[in-house]
Amino acid sequence: MTAFLQNCFAGLALGSTYALVALGFVVIFKSTGVINFAQGGLLALGAYLGYTFSNNLAVAFGVAVLLCCASAALVGATFERIVLRRMVGQPPFAVIMITIGLLFILEPMITAIWGFDQKQVTNPWNIRTVEAGGLVFGVRDLWTIGLTAAVVAAFFAFFRYSSLGLAMRVTAFDPEAALAQGISARRVYATSWAIAAALAALAGILMAAGPGGLTPSIGFIALAAFPAMILGGMDSPAGAVLGGLVIGLAEALTRGYQDELFSWAGSNVSVIVPYLLMIVILLIRPYGLLGTKEVRRV
Amino acid sequence: MGAHRNVTRGYADELRLFGTPLARTGLAALVVVFLVLPTVLQDDFWLSVLIYVGITAIGAIGLNLLTGYCGQISLGHAFFIGAGAYVAARVGGEIGLPLPLWLLAAAAIGAALGGLIGPFTLRLRGHYLAIVTLGLVFIGEHLWRNLTDLTGGNSGTPVTAGASIDPVDFAALNLFGESYSRNQGWFWLVWGLVALVALLAKNLVRTRPGRALQAVRDRDQAAEVIGVRAGRYKIGAFMLSSAIAAMAGALFGSYQQFVSPDEWNLLLSIQYIAIVIVGGLGTIFGAVLGAIFVGALPALIDRYSEAIPGVQASVGGEGFISVFALNQALFGLLIVLFLVFEPRGLAGIWLRIKAYFKAWPFSY
Repeated sequence: MTAFLQNCFAGLALGSTYALVALGFVVIFKSTGVINFAQGGLLALGAYLGYTFSNNLAVAFGVAVLLCCASAALVGATFERIVLRRMVGQPPFAVIMITIGLLFILEPMITAIWGFDQKQVTNPWNIRTVEAGGLVFGVRDLWTIGLTAAVVAAFFAFFRYSSLGLAMRVTAFDPEAALAQGISARRVYATSWAIAAALAALAGILMAAGPGGLTPSIGFIALAAFPAMILGGMDSPAGAVLGGLVIGLAEALTRGYQDELFSWAGSNVSVIVPYLLMIVILLIRPYGLLGTKEVRRV
Repeated sequence: MGAHRNVTRGYADELRLFGTPLARTGLAALVVVFLVLPTVLQDDFWLSVLIYVGITAIGAIGLNLLTGYCGQISLGHAFFIGAGAYVAARVGGEIGLPLPLWLLAAAAIGAALGGLIGPFTLRLRGHYLAIVTLGLVFIGEHLWRNLTDLTGGNSGTPVTAGASIDPVDFAALNLFGESYSRNQGWFWLVWGLVALVALLAKNLVRTRPGRALQAVRDRDQAAEVIGVRAGRYKIGAFMLSSAIAAMAGALFGSYQQFVSPDEWNLLLSIQYIAIVIVGGLGTIFGAVLGAIFVGALPALIDRYSEAIPGVQASVGGEGFISVFALNQALFGLLIVLFLVFEPRGLAGIWLRIKAYFKAWPFSY
């Protein structure tokens, strides 16, 4: 039982990072109809910027986190402004390809600037743990879960109550009607990209502070958040969070019971569990747990 | 009528394959180049680059049918290429079937895998296929590393599939008392197959299924209203593109004689996407053009890495960017730049140049 709970805790911490990234996917998908493959690149960029702030510039870790989110948001909004705005009116398919291209530009740029070797981000948590009820909780994992909960709550409050959040919801619902009401679609698009990039950067720096450290392959974590997005429903922010947690739990449990239950499936099978889960969900509930089923009328 | 021979005057003219004298002359020139090139250019490096380019062109034609004509994004091309290579290793190498049979076996297995995966995603609207095929690359990598009987696991497997159509062995060609090297034989084999696949694809897209695919791409709902089964055509396009990819993979494995799971990664899929975008979405000859320009890049960069400033010639060497990372960045950059500035790709540029001279002196 202890081992099970311990695995669940690890899953929640992992799932929180997935939830942050998946929430970013959904924000962009809802407002612009684009699946943003570059999220992984933004995540890695955010994490490395956090490393620079925290280690090279010796900023306090909390400030470094804020700074890296802010600068990632700036990069996201700038990219939207420079490249994606030219693509308005083009089929979404071309825009998706562009985000794939961006992902593959960002990754080598990061290795060119920061190198391939593993880096340790200076952070106040390190490998400290607290014990309660026979379970060992990593301080970083607790912070990851806590921060994610806080950020997600803040996002939903923003989305629900602020006027910009309302503008985003309206634009997602019907861009033309939104424009007719005087809502600036440009501002909405730029904001969506900024929010998604900031969420990714936060996920990135939280990952980088963990035991794995910071390597260029950190961006791949974002690819595993795609299944979270599909599991929850492509257009549902709440679904993204739920999907992230479910995927994280499934992955951590598979890893925890690898030797006892999954040795037949080969080593490291936990890495592909998110994708297998995604295929299962597409079979039984194609629009996700909380997504809206599309109705087409002719 | 002489002045009009190179001008299309109706839809039927446009559909003809080699209708105009100009097109026929161009084709004849290409055939001459195809026949003569390997005898003039005997350098093994350049011949092998051209062979890889040809294999890539075959795969790119397949992806262009799906992406360019049907508007679906697949990031899973690497998975099907890998599957094809392993089919070649087992069916062509171990069982020892001749070339046409292992190529067909690879195509059949590619189509079957595509038919298994397609229905999950393609019955939904939107770009689910991009995400699911992304997952497919990772699932595939796991399978290739763990199905050791089939793939040799991490250490890879030799591919001994022969390249002979009785009585002609392309690996040791002997024609009219002249013997040719393996690379020369493979050049003729691969580029002959490029022509064959291109012809098949061209015939597909200029007939009903091709028009149906384009209708689905442009507006799936409207296509369904006029009686095109969108889901069925999308799955069909995906199966066909997977089958062609598997054929390309089988050729790749057989030419390289050894394959390992590291080769079927996401970057390979991205390379193919870069090829169809740079070449020109929705044109068959664009896929070949793209393969020539983009497919040759990795080999050229690897060969001339010492001459390019800032590039590490070896692991841990001087320079700030590795050969792998440079390839990655170039593919990404090409995708973005072409989509923003020249969405019709090299094929579009070529057509513009052609139109300029066709209308000369009244071009504008």
